[in-house]
Amino acid sequence: MRWLFNLSFRHKIPLWTSFLISVSIFVVGAALMTRAYQDMKTAVVISAGNLAHTLANTLAPALLHDNVWRAFEIARSPIRAESAKTPVAVDAVVVLGRDQRIFVSSDPDTLPMLADAATLGPDWLQLSERLGTPSEEAWPLVLEPQDSGYLYLILPIADKDAQLGHLVLRYAKSVFHPWFIDTIWQGLGIGLLVLAVLIPINWYWGSRMATPLVDLAQRMGMMLNSVPDPLPPDLYPYHDELGQLFQAYDRMVLALRDKAALEGQMVKSERLAAIGQLTAGIAHEINNPLAGLMTTVDTLKLQRNLDPRALRQLELIDRGLMQIRDTVAALLVQTKVQARPLSPHDLEDVHTLIQPQVSKRHIRLDWSAAMPAELPAPASLVRQILINLLLNAVQAAAEGGHVSLWLGRKAESASCLSIEVRNDGVLLGDEQLEHLFEPFASTRPGGHGLGLWVTYQIVTQLDGRIAARNVDGQVEFVVNLPLGDTPCSTASP
Amino acid sequence: MSRIIESSLPNRNRRRWLLGSGCLAAAGLIGLTRKSQAAGGKLRVGMTPAFLHDQHSMLGEWRAFMAASLQRPVEFVQRDSYRETMDLLRLEKLEFAWICDYPYLHLKDAVRLLAVPLYQGRPHYRSYLIVRKGDTQTRSIADLSDAVFAYADPYSNTGYLAPRYEIRQLGRDPAGFFRKTFFTWSHRKVVEAVASGLAQGGAVDSYIWDTLAHVEPTLTARTRVVWRSPEYGFPPFVAHRSVASADFQLMQRHLLDTARSEAGRRLLGLLHLDGFTIGSPALYEGVARMMRSFGEA
Repeated sequence: MRWLFNLSFRHKIPLWTSFLISVSIFVVGAALMTRAYQDMKTAVVISAGNLAHTLANTLAPALLHDNVWRAFEIARSPIRAESAKTPVAVDAVVVLGRDQRIFVSSDPDTLPMLADAATLGPDWLQLSERLGTPSEEAWPLVLEPQDSGYLYLILPIADKDAQLGHLVLRYAKSVFHPWFIDTIWQGLGIGLLVLAVLIPINWYWGSRMATPLVDLAQRMGMMLNSVPDPLPPDLYPYHDELGQLFQAYDRMVLALRDKAALEGQMVKSERLAAIGQLTAGIAHEINNPLAGLMTTVDTLKLQRNLDPRALRQLELIDRGLMQIRDTVAALLVQTKVQARPLSPHDLEDVHTLIQPQVSKRHIRLDWSAAMPAELPAPASLVRQILINLLLNAVQAAAEGGHVSLWLGRKAESASCLSIEVRNDGVLLGDEQLEHLFEPFASTRPGGHGLGLWVTYQIVTQLDGRIAARNVDGQVEFVVNLPLGDTPCSTASP
Repeated sequence: MSRIIESSLPNRNRRRWLLGSGCLAAAGLIGLTRKSQAAGGKLRVGMTPAFLHDQHSMLGEWRAFMAASLQRPVEFVQRDSYRETMDLLRLEKLEFAWICDYPYLHLKDAVRLLAVPLYQGRPHYRSYLIVRKGDTQTRSIADLSDAVFAYADPYSNTGYLAPRYEIRQLGRDPAGFFRKTFFTWSHRKVVEAVASGLAQGGAVDSYIWDTLAHVEPTLTARTRVVWRSPEYGFPPFVAHRSVASADFQLMQRHLLDTARSEAGRRLLGLLHLDGFTIGSPALYEGVARMMRSFGEA
């Protein structure tokens, strides 16, 4: 039985409702049938009562004058042909005399004249006893002997206050049954028709309700492993409790996604911060002996008695050391420089500086810089960020491609300087996006992979945010730098 | 009845004044009144259960035929018992009537024999004793002692007088012979009473039973004729003695001529008769004998 309750709602709702509909139809049908049977019986008794009164009145003179034939004709008049049997058609009409003998009956074969009623069988014996014991009966008397296929209705025949005898109407219950079975078949037919209409509606409605539930249950089940997708908006567009549940689920999924995104961002930031600390530490450890080495090499180079071969080797060492110094210097981003405010001239300079590269690769450059006279941002660092991002974009864009710059303050975050650089080159993969700002994570052959690392270091040291994404078929880098002490409210686009 | 007396009173008074008083004269006067009323007037013919008088379309046809032949308006007056028709004759509310032989003898001072139908070519018929088809035991009326018995009419010969006479011949009293008797007031209904099992036996007019055997064979098939009585004079057409002799002869001639016309033969076919004959009161001697045995007539 338990498996029935473990069924999916997809089946359980239609099954249960179908079951309930069927039970209701059956119960209502049965109640109506019972009622119909009672009504039929009542109708028979009422009709019999009317008939009995009419017959009793017309029979009284015949009985009074011992007019057998007249009484027979009257008794026979309500008897119909076999084919016209209905539940209200009387089966036999019997006139009993005062002596409880049959004065006349509509069926002389089985109920012959002058026969004593008590000798005609158990029904008649019971009837005769009932009539023999004087009681305060309400007429007409309805008699339904047990184990009998007949129902009897008895009315006295009287002329003025003289009781002449009794009129007995006999109804065959066997005639009820085919009629009643007809009614049952009719009821059953209507019931099946109602079922045929209701069950498909019910299955449709049930699955309409169950499908989102089942979908929801599946998605909830997946929730431990990953954040599932929100439900399709047209799955259940109503605002009942089910609709509210789905809406709550959707809100929860969105919140979980934001949380996951935030967590990813944090992990990335922390990793980058850790790398920054590590590289800074290593750079310091290298710089100290490096300074000594370079001083020693310089001192050695000043000696006059050096043969040319040794001098060449010293210069080789010197160039190697200088390369190490440059690399280390690049890793060790220093932002603690004296800050000059950013002016439109700086932008013009940057534009001029990158122009050769732009021309060389036939890049179309959109330049959109909304700049007031001055902005409280460190000019040299912003220049470096711009040059890095723009040169990156120019390199990433296809030959004859398109690069755009937008610089300014957004309406919703006026205390921020926003820089957006886009190129139409190859889009970034997930793996690339994950490690984009790490050192030596170059995205193209020939790059040393320090440009974005440096940019990242500068931006984070200025309490700003940098993010990269693919948007509208382009790769976009967005930098937000705080102007003054207020941090940027829009961390990422 | 009262209406007729009132309307005839002025006449009657005038004639009484003219002719003097006296019971006989008064009776003659009534006859005179009747005759003058009947002359060229409507002829009223009483129809009784002596035949299948419930064949209404046939009766309508017959009446039209009679009216056309006599060139007089004709009214058929139907009553369900001989008694009522006899009363109407006595009260002179009928000029003619087709009645049973037994009432004819009862009324023989008031009526004249007009014509006797010919059944199977002869002016005779019988009484049949019938039982139910399933009853194979009964051979004569003697076997029906203590049974329920259906008589046709207390003024029917074949349906009442003949069976009672038969019982009397057995040396039994007809009054206590059967367990119960009743009248159906028509021969046809005697057949129905026996066929339905209401009565175990019945006495019926042979002419009617034989006609029914043609008209409604399913009904007679449910009965069996056990005994056939001797022949009696066929139920006659009678005329009240007050009927003018011209009218008497007109009607008699019409009846006797019925078989001569096509329409008449057609009617006789429907009635299962062959024609009419003048007949003689002597035909009814057998009935008169039975009546005498019961102290009647």
